[in-house]
Amino acid sequence: MLKYIFKRLLIMIVTLWVIITLTFVLMVNIPGSPFNTDQSSNATVQANLEAHYNLDQPYYIQYLLYIKSIVTFEFGPSIKQPNQTVNDLLSRGFPISFELGIITIALAVVSGVLIGIIAALRHNGFLDYLTMGIAVLGISIPNFILATILIQQLAVNLEIFPAATWRSPAHMVLPILALATGPMAIIARLTRSTMLEVLTQDYIKMAKAKGLSPWKVIFKHALRNALMPVVTIMGTLFAGILTGTFVIEQIFAIPGMGRYFVESINQRDYPVIMGTTVFYSAFLIIMLFLVDIVYGILDPRIKMHQKGGRSR
Amino acid sequence: MERILEVNDLHVTFTTYGGTVQAVRGVSFHLDKGETLAIVGESGCGKSVTSNAIMRLIPDPPGKITKGSVIFKGQDLAAYSEKKMRSIRGVDISMIFQDPMTALNPTLTIGTQLMEGLKEHKKISGAQAKAKAVEMMNLVGIPNPEERLKQYPHQFSGGMRQRIVIAIALICDPDLLIADEPTTALDVTIQAQILELFATIQERTGVSIILITHDLGVVAKIADRIVVMYAGKIIESGSKREIFYESKHPYTQGLLHSVPRLDAKEELKPIAGTPPDLFSPPKGCPFTARCPFAMEVCDKVYPAPEKISDTHYVDCWLQDERAKRLLAANVLQT
Ligand SMILES: Nc1ncnc2c1ncn2[C@@H]1O[C@H](COP(=O)(O)OP(=O)(O)OP(=O)(O)O)[C@@H](O)[C@H]1O
Ligand code: SF4
Ligand SMILES: [Mg+2]
Repeated sequence: MLKYIFKRLLIMIVTLWVIITLTFVLMVNIPGSPFNTDQSSNATVQANLEAHYNLDQPYYIQYLLYIKSIVTFEFGPSIKQPNQTVNDLLSRGFPISFELGIITIALAVVSGVLIGIIAALRHNGFLDYLTMGIAVLGISIPNFILATILIQQLAVNLEIFPAATWRSPAHMVLPILALATGPMAIIARLTRSTMLEVLTQDYIKMAKAKGLSPWKVIFKHALRNALMPVVTIMGTLFAGILTGTFVIEQIFAIPGMGRYFVESINQRDYPVIMGTTVFYSAFLIIMLFLVDIVYGILDPRIKMHQKGGRSR
Repeated sequence: MERILEVNDLHVTFTTYGGTVQAVRGVSFHLDKGETLAIVGESGCGKSVTSNAIMRLIPDPPGKITKGSVIFKGQDLAAYSEKKMRSIRGVDISMIFQDPMTALNPTLTIGTQLMEGLKEHKKISGAQAKAKAVEMMNLVGIPNPEERLKQYPHQFSGGMRQRIVIAIALICDPDLLIADEPTTALDVTIQAQILELFATIQERTGVSIILITHDLGVVAKIADRIVVMYAGKIIESGSKREIFYESKHPYTQGLLHSVPRLDAKEELKPIAGTPPDLFSPPKGCPFTARCPFAMEVCDKVYPAPEKISDTHYVDCWLQDERAKRLLAANVLQT
């Protein structure tokens, strides 16, 4: 187990390094610099500024400096808001983005799985058609459109929920709904189809033949097996939710990390780009690692360490 | 002898898009305590549906028991509520399935799957359940039970898994064990071991067994009585000796001829033709189209069961007095 985790950690670090390097290459290749939009600055001022942020150095030196800043987790001040360090921005933005992301994931997974189970148990019944009909809508409507519809209907017309910002639970409802609906629909559909398949398996019949209650047959015997394909797509869904937060944070004016990320790219704020990218990537990689662990727990055939084999 | 089970005029249908399948069409048989009854017949004749109907495990929809009773120890199971039926399943009647590779849940340990029936139905402590589980593992011949209980199905071979399935079926000391082709998926040496295991278990526990199979070799080894099914009906029933040596129904005779024999040099003769479509079963004898002795009446009216001995019954017009007289006359003429 330890060996497995160590190996995974190594792979994670390499992945992260690749992402960092790619980001750096892309970053230096975007035309423009942090300063040339600033009209008041003349050539000497710009040169001084570039020197200050080491932007006059050759690329490989800049690259090494970035690596150093990442390893020490000290990204220095933002170029555009010099009175704030990147670490300040991250520590302010991350908790909000994290809250948005985690609640979305929890909602999408729990309700998606439950809806999937209900649809499977009511196969070809009214509830099945209803939920799967809604799910198809949920998958096909992009989250930014859903967000605008929600704001228009529930915030502007009916005035049930506030339209923007992130202050109270009521503020959270619309952004979370907008972000969670797509993944929820995907999980519901997948759970339904895997559940339907699992329910025809012999071990389900065997569980029934033991006289177990329907509750136990479904949650103890069927669900575990039905969830495995759902867990495998979880990584992709997490990535989708993560990028979704950029958009949703913009639309709902939520002061999370996503805004800094998007703004930093528009403004060529190199330290902020680097800091947020590294942070997002590391977070996603850790989530994927957790998904793998959960998969290992669900399916004993994929043990991290093989002990004993089949024997007669 | 004590009567354990009596199935009377059982009818089961499945409603599908293509129409209604009459899978079981008036099946009646009985089983005494400690007895082994074999149900034999070609694929699709309704063996599994019959056994699932006894357990009330027919998926509804599309399946339905439309008529008949299943009297188990004096109570009609066909009239039980689903909840009451749950207290019968696994406790009084247990089931063993064909494929041990798929009958166990891959995500749960053997111990969990073995003990859960016990924990569901009997009020016992964890330690008692464990002790019983170890006892069952010993009974079915799995070494190191304590350690093996913690393992998962994929860590066992096919034969071992079938032993575990048998242990699961027997853990609540049922009165009746229904085994639906329990050896079909196993290779020959393992088959023999499993059959031996059945015999040992029956000797020790006195459990009654319904054995479903199309392997007459298996039947010859462990059955006391045999019922032969064809197109959703029982067409002949009798003791093992009566069916193997004095079978009266042309279908049974054909079935026996299609069994490979080690000592026989003659070629295998499978019965020509296929069973009738159960969407619209014939109103006469369903074997007419394939029967070398078919008469005019066969196609029109279903033959009433003819009693050959106290245990031997056959549904065939050849046993009718009039047909016998006619045959005798024909023989005299030629
Ligand atoms: N769920 C179902 N839906 C529709 N028809 C079914 C269903 N289950 C069984 N049948 C039909 O019932 C008939 C009897 O099937 P059954 O499984 O009892 O056959 P069997 O004698 O057990 O055959 P085998 O030896 O292949 O197991 C078949 O014609 C089959 O098509
Ligand atoms: S009833 Fe007629 S068709 Fe059917 S088995 Fe007997 S002789 Fe053959
Ligand atoms: Mg069958």
